[in-house]
Amino acid sequence: MTATGIGASVRRVEDRRFLTGRGNYTDDINRPGQLYAWILRSPHAHAAIRSIDTRKAAAAPGVAGVFTGADLESAGVGGLPCGWLIHSKDGSPMNEPPHPVLAIGKVRHVGDPVAVVVAASTAQARDAAELIAIDYQPLPAVVTMAAALAGGAATVHDGAVGNVCYDWEIGDKSAVDVAFKAAAHVTKIDLVNNRLVANPIEPRAAVAEFERSTGQYTLYTTTQNPHVIRLLMGAFVLHLPEHKLRIVGPDVGGGFGTKIFHYAEEALLTWLAGQVEKPVKWTSERSESFTSDAQGRDHVSHAELALDKDGKFLGLRVATQANLGAYLSTFSTSVPTYLYATLLAGVYTTPAIYAEVKSVFTNTVPVDAYRGAGRPECAYLLERLVDKAARETGIERSEMRRRNMIQPDQFPYQTPVALQYDVGNYPASLDAALKSSDWAGFPARQAEAAKRGRRRGIGISTYIEACGIAPSAVAGALGARAGLYESAQVRVHATGSVTIYTGSHSHGQGHETTFAQVVADTLGIPFDQIEISHGDTDKVQFGMGTYGSRSIAVGGSALLKACNKVIDKGKKIAAHILEASEADIEFKDGKFTVVGTDKELPFGQVAFAAYVPHNYPIETVEPGLNETAYYDPLNFSFPAGCHICEVEIDPDTGTLEVVKFTAVDDVGRVINPMIVEGQVHGGLAQGIGQALLEGAVYDGTGQLLTGSYMDYAIPRADNLPNFDVTTQSVMGASNPLEVKGVGEVGAIGSPPAVINAVLDALIPLGVSDISMPATPAKIWQAIDAARSGHKAA
Amino acid sequence: MPTVSMTVNGKAVSADVETRTLLVQYLRENLGLTGTHVGCDTSQCGACVVDLNGESVKSCTVLAVQLEGAKVTTIEGLAQGDKLHPMQEAFREHHALQCGFCTPGMVMSAIDLVKTNPKPSEREIREWLEGNLCRCTGYHNIVKAIGAAAETMRI
Repeated sequence: MTATGIGASVRRVEDRRFLTGRGNYTDDINRPGQLYAWILRSPHAHAAIRSIDTRKAAAAPGVAGVFTGADLESAGVGGLPCGWLIHSKDGSPMNEPPHPVLAIGKVRHVGDPVAVVVAASTAQARDAAELIAIDYQPLPAVVTMAAALAGGAATVHDGAVGNVCYDWEIGDKSAVDVAFKAAAHVTKIDLVNNRLVANPIEPRAAVAEFERSTGQYTLYTTTQNPHVIRLLMGAFVLHLPEHKLRIVGPDVGGGFGTKIFHYAEEALLTWLAGQVEKPVKWTSERSESFTSDAQGRDHVSHAELALDKDGKFLGLRVATQANLGAYLSTFSTSVPTYLYATLLAGVYTTPAIYAEVKSVFTNTVPVDAYRGAGRPECAYLLERLVDKAARETGIERSEMRRRNMIQPDQFPYQTPVALQYDVGNYPASLDAALKSSDWAGFPARQAEAAKRGRRRGIGISTYIEACGIAPSAVAGALGARAGLYESAQVRVHATGSVTIYTGSHSHGQGHETTFAQVVADTLGIPFDQIEISHGDTDKVQFGMGTYGSRSIAVGGSALLKACNKVIDKGKKIAAHILEASEADIEFKDGKFTVVGTDKELPFGQVAFAAYVPHNYPIETVEPGLNETAYYDPLNFSFPAGCHICEVEIDPDTGTLEVVKFTAVDDVGRVINPMIVEGQVHGGLAQGIGQALLEGAVYDGTGQLLTGSYMDYAIPRADNLPNFDVTTQSVMGASNPLEVKGVGEVGAIGSPPAVINAVLDALIPLGVSDISMPATPAKIWQAIDAARSGHKAA
Repeated sequence: MPTVSMTVNGKAVSADVETRTLLVQYLRENLGLTGTHVGCDTSQCGACVVDLNGESVKSCTVLAVQLEGAKVTTIEGLAQGDKLHPMQEAFREHHALQCGFCTPGMVMSAIDLVKTNPKPSEREIREWLEGNLCRCTGYHNIVKAIGAAAETMRI
């Protein structure tokens, strides 16, 4: 291992600019003569729009234009597309109602955009927006899934009868029925996976401009995947060809999934720039983010696990309702189906699994992928269920898991729910976590805490997830309307330095460092001679972007492939110059050598020869050294691991402290251990946040009660412990870098570990269940209810 | 519009500002100092923390017109040429930033902590950061970096 190669904790290249205030985020970008957009949003969860009068607003000071849904419709602007088609059990395609950029005829959630004002300043645009008169006729809102599915409920979309988007299934129902008939014990559980708000600290923003002379549009936007935005916006919404659209995702201040999607504001700003022929800028306020960024999770599930007399899992039956909100966000439909139910085997050998998922429209903000996307919901369901089964059967919790684990010699392992796990060693992660957390020593710590009047609990989860999405053909067969490969270009300059163009996108993950490490290792060139460029569709050939922990697995593999193409061409050039046969040329440590001789050429000299081809195999090799590769993965990758959480609860107040958190994760080959640990820390914080603090709460009329940082609790520094994070890696088998992905593991494994710990502390007090987020008030109520024999509110 | 004069990162600046202009808007829009960020509209997130007359403040809670004669230091004013401030250096060394958006406020706030309490305990660091939200790091490395910087700054 070199100091800057694969496996080294190289300090990040991008840090200097971020630490000195020289980052370039979308809101930092200003274009000459720019105007500002203010978006007027619905105050109602569900209402008919009887009329909109924009005349006063249009006449207000500084206003360049006021536009409504009708204006966009008459200009031929299309609706926002959904990227994944799901079919129901009966074979029918999902209900796919229109998703206009600005509301037409009806608003369907608080925050639904209705009109836009463009003015010389944000203040003027905002003042003018207050002069828009909208005559709303409020309609009954369906806020919860239970309300949406009830007979006689109001319908969010006329075309979606009963508010159902699809009613989908996976697995073998009759095999599961047979398994349950043979069961010695059946454990049942009802769970809610709470709705979350992603909350990257950078709010969404967009700056659009139109070049009159060429008809070219440029959009700077807070996105995780600029090429996807270009494709969706150009082809479906604005009907502009891709060669007239440039999308730039500059420095992006966190994404966590919610900056994947093609948002109305992106298309709106681009269209506006063409209308007013001036650059237009929009920056979301945080309160706007709460009602316009796609939210996450929101499942209600019932699950049943059949076990034999020895605690071996025989069958699993799951019924889930998933809230999609008011419209289909870009990848919303895939999250509760293929990103959720295909993981229901977990790390276990459960031979028969059947799941049905009903996805539902409600008058709430759309729901889509949020860190983990489907996999946290799955891990939470399984690990809560397994814990409950362990308690009911009297089998120790870690032993129950061990007894059912897929063993290292069983790979590749075909699960009953479509996926084939490539490689793993789940018992090794379990053992490492039990040891690192001192699981065996817990009773002593519990007794010590009891002396201080504290209830101490310990909880465990052994999770798996699927990353590196995805083999395009498989995704396509399952309904994806896009390919899911990635691209990379290695542009070697005449002086031997290189610029890498990757279709992956960094919004905190540190690609400028880890991708450079891959190049430094492969091409053997100094780290400071490598530039990683991403996020600009005019520079980068193509890309599917960053989500689902896919960057290093798919984007990194494309990069490795492109580097190897450079080496292959370099060998041809070196063979000519060194007067040897190409087959005798070997590339190692940045040098081309003739095997068995001391004849060698450094990489830089071969690069120079490619651009100054005086002594060059010109008849067979083109000048230049510039290679592009596309990589489409062979399979998903499967990170897995074991998380153990220890909490202390003050039973008098319900306050809780996470006193210890141990994570052992198998993420395959680690490119940069420092960055990998940082990714796990961040995921754990979001997972612990889901378990203990966070939840989007709507009132009965569809008003979001948790619409600011005063009401929605994202974790603060003093809510969290230091984390004990280690990797226990089995090299990945599905890509040439042998990586698996690390961005989401923390958020997937941790929520059930935390809640299992909370329940471990509270069960002796008579509490049998607690839902996320387990806030002090909820814990106190649960304890109080158990003591007094009443049911908690 | 009233005129306001102050010193920002050691330079005297003067401008006519609308009375409703917040310090953070003045820094970002009038002076082009975009290192100070806006992450919320309720003064919770702390991405906009700057040093005002020797104290860390959220620059979204101060009107520019209040600051006649004030001395303001932003994230852009910390490094001496290529040499990072020890707090910046510690953040880099300990991977205390990911997306970088909360970072300027974190660094400015952390410097004030160490000035106020040169030897903060882990608990004191965590409690001090109650007004600075980070969604990427889980705070683990931020806490570590601030502890390490405190040691360097004491020397």
